[in-house]
Amino acid sequence: MILLQLLISFFQIGLFSFGGGYASMPLIQEQVVDIHAWLTIKEFTDLVTISQMTPGPIAVNSATFVGIKIAGIPGALVATAGCILPSCILVTLIAKLYLKYKNLSLLQGILNSLRPAVVAMIASAGISILLSALWGEGQILLENTNWIMAALFVLSIVLLQKFKMNPIWVMVLAGAANTILSFL
Amino acid sequence: MRSKKTVLIRLFLSTLYLSAFTFGGGYVIVTLMKKKFVDQYHWIEEDEMLDLIAIAQSAPGAIAVNGAIVVGYKLAGLLGTLVAIIATILPPFFIISVISLFYSAFQNNLIVSRMLEGMQAGVAAVIASVVYEMGRGIIHGKNAGSITIMAGAFLAACVFQINVIYIILVCGVIGVIRTKLSGKEAAK
Repeated sequence: MILLQLLISFFQIGLFSFGGGYASMPLIQEQVVDIHAWLTIKEFTDLVTISQMTPGPIAVNSATFVGIKIAGIPGALVATAGCILPSCILVTLIAKLYLKYKNLSLLQGILNSLRPAVVAMIASAGISILLSALWGEGQILLENTNWIMAALFVLSIVLLQKFKMNPIWVMVLAGAANTILSFL
Repeated sequence: MRSKKTVLIRLFLSTLYLSAFTFGGGYVIVTLMKKKFVDQYHWIEEDEMLDLIAIAQSAPGAIAVNGAIVVGYKLAGLLGTLVAIIATILPPFFIISVISLFYSAFQNNLIVSRMLEGMQAGVAAVIASVVYEMGRGIIHGKNAGSITIMAGAFLAACVFQINVIYIILVCGVIGVIRTKLSGKEAAK
């Protein structure tokens, strides 16, 4: 039963994530955190962090990670299969049509309208990660703010935007800084 | 004439290698695929590869997986697709399996949890910066329709907490309508 749920959830993630990169993040969050509570928002953020530092698409990484946590290796296999199944069917079909007709205008037209929505949804998922980083599970009040995390966030933005530092190093630095500060 | 077996073996090894060592997501991996299969092996024409990449990027699903599917299909049909998918999935599957074992063991370790906590701030910043770059691109495009979609989708997702699948479906339908309308205008 749980395997079937994993399959269906990750099938939906695979079917509706358009645009690559972070596009699947809001879908994964919705299925895995909001609907099924397989991961807490903190575990989900850790998963995004791990995905950043390892090769492989975030959807495939999440399928393996969540699958193992919920139902061991069979869970990981089923979730991964679920997440790539829509691609297998649709992409093969589109490739077949393309090799025959060489016309992609409708597909790209659809993507042009999806892209702005995908940016907005990534922003929304990013906000939940930021809220969890700054306020944890607690209420969002000024006195509950984790100021160290707020400072690390601002510092990371500066390193990324102003100094164009590699995102992996920025995350490692933020992690190391937090570890050192907590022992002072 | 190269034999089908050689093609499949090379396809497997190159997609396995690309999948295991490409950091930075799908957009990077399809560029490397182009280098490998067009520039190095000369198995696919440049123009055709660019369209295959466009398919990989615009179809749903992970770009790396989609890229493997189109290249595999183009080179060796359905068997090629299967070989390329397995090669693409194996490295992340193995790496994440190992990491998740460590994750459950170390989750309560003080140093690891402090490290992961701090990295949350870093990852939030990385996402903020990605959103800024992508959003800026759309705003600079000065297309009123796209900007409206972005604002509407943000309200729907963040304020009204609408299921993201519905948002995607609605925007996909809008995309079909916009494409049909602009096609008609171009025909006039």
